[in-house]
Amino acid sequence: MERKLAPEREFSEAKPRVSEFRRFVRVMFKRGVVVFGLMVILITIVTAIFAPQIAPYNPNKTDLRNALLQPNSEHLLGTDALGRDTLSRMIFGAQVALLVGLMATGVAASLGMTLGLIAGYFGGIIYMIIMRLVDALMAFPIILLSLVLAVLLGGGLTNIMIAVGIGLSATYARVMCGTVLSVRENEYVLAARTSGAGNLRIMLRHILMNCFPPMIVLITINMGSAIMIEAALSYLGVGIAPPGTAWGSMVTDGYRYLLTHPTLALVPGVAIMLVVFSFNMVGDGLRDTLDPRLRGTI
Amino acid sequence: MTTYITRRLIQALVVLILISLMVFFAMRTLPGDPLMIYIVEQDISHITPELEAQLRHEFGLDKSLILQYFDWMWGLFRGDMGLSIHYRESVRTLMAERIPVTLHLGLLSFIISSVLGITAGMVAALRRGGALDNIVTSFSNFGISVPHFWLGILMIYALGLYLGWLPIQGYTSPFDDFWMSTKQLIMPVFVLATWAMAFVSRQARSSLLEVVRQDYVRTAWSKGLRERTVVLRHVLKNGLIPVVTVMGVQLSHIIGGSVIIENVFNIPGVGRLMVASVFGQDFQVVQTGILIAGVAVVVVNFFVDISYGWLDPRIRYH
Repeated sequence: MERKLAPEREFSEAKPRVSEFRRFVRVMFKRGVVVFGLMVILITIVTAIFAPQIAPYNPNKTDLRNALLQPNSEHLLGTDALGRDTLSRMIFGAQVALLVGLMATGVAASLGMTLGLIAGYFGGIIYMIIMRLVDALMAFPIILLSLVLAVLLGGGLTNIMIAVGIGLSATYARVMCGTVLSVRENEYVLAARTSGAGNLRIMLRHILMNCFPPMIVLITINMGSAIMIEAALSYLGVGIAPPGTAWGSMVTDGYRYLLTHPTLALVPGVAIMLVVFSFNMVGDGLRDTLDPRLRGTI
Repeated sequence: MTTYITRRLIQALVVLILISLMVFFAMRTLPGDPLMIYIVEQDISHITPELEAQLRHEFGLDKSLILQYFDWMWGLFRGDMGLSIHYRESVRTLMAERIPVTLHLGLLSFIISSVLGITAGMVAALRRGGALDNIVTSFSNFGISVPHFWLGILMIYALGLYLGWLPIQGYTSPFDDFWMSTKQLIMPVFVLATWAMAFVSRQARSSLLEVVRQDYVRTAWSKGLRERTVVLRHVLKNGLIPVVTVMGVQLSHIIGGSVIIENVFNIPGVGRLMVASVFGQDFQVVQTGILIAGVAVVVVNFFVDISYGWLDPRIRYH
């Protein structure tokens, strides 16, 4: 195995880097749930990308003669009140879930990390102002904040992603600021400054790059949170416009038929839970591998 | 300690002012004209520019934003939260009817999740790798991943419709019918507490595991102290401080969760009012509701900070 990494040998730091990678693999894949989570995420991604090929039916095609069918060999998960195939809708729902997860987390991370970087780097009054703003933002319950923002912005997928992103950004700012405060004390920052690097260059090249490990953990876990919040919002009815498919709104639609067709409301929820669970577990796994305090113990 | 409290108090006040500013300006600058909504609600079909100007003046919407903000703040200090466009009632009355309901639901969930969460996390950390640890860890992993509304619906299906053990919706005041009230609250409180309990027990477990590794704990063990002494005096005292600090987050999640849960179980609390008002663009209700939620979290965080400083003297000099 080591031979394959041969080109690395030219550099003196090659050896620790290899063992670092090995440790990563070992710690990451040691726990079954993490592997399980990775697999679920992979399957969801593949499903979302190839949804048109995988789905047995058009998810939006109504067929009132075949409405509310129980699961059978033609419709594995049955059909809803409009005769749409539940399995196909689930498969297309994966697209929405992942898209919202990715974009909302992207918005949250870029907004929060920028604020945290500026606050932590400059300190003083700027730090005070930004961190108090973040405190204020954090005081609002995320679901309530995203709900209000999403409705005020006018609903729809894009606005949901922005709303959820803003709701989640405060945590990034806080974690980022804490990390920057410790990273900026490093000698290489001083060295960069001595050699005449400007603030922007130091912030982007030297500090930002070294703040990524804790951020990666947060981003992974937030993918799950974003999907969960989107599901709750679409359950309340803010989500994407019909006939688009979101798992949350499938639960709402199916709720009316809970007594006779429990699968309609319960199956999409299982999908939400599985995906959120997977992101949480992979996030935990990443934390175990990236947290320097745990180095040496696992 | 006085300096510490004063500093925290000033900080909390600054945050409160920022919260009110954020709420106010977000509601005003985002798309959606409150007056237009009023006009649509009132079904005034022949709106003339004069009438519009008159209405605008009546609601104080012709003043500058800054003045409107101070009007709002001044009103709040006098206990006047404005009028709901949709309900034609003062927001204060609307809130006064609903806050006790949400408080009942939220406080029960908060207490239950704190007690059970801390206990579970403690047991898991002290018996790391054991069967109990596995149960607690699996439960908390489940708890932070399950969507509130779905868990609620699942319980309605299983316990309410299928087994018929519990009423599936509604709320009764415990002073009217205590038994009915409790039966109606079992499912919503369970759902709300699940997430919070999972969150707290994860926090408690990881923070206690950190403490268990400390040198002073090893010293305590090696000088032959009893397990009870080591756990109570050395581990818990240090390990639970970080758990106390997340209570603000826990509260904020319970408030957010109650927005969803009150809709699932048809409970007439602030959460359901908020959702209805958000969709009805009833901006006075929304801005008051979200302000109350924010203030509640800031106040809890303030007391958490104080107790934190009291529990751990090092914090005070930070």
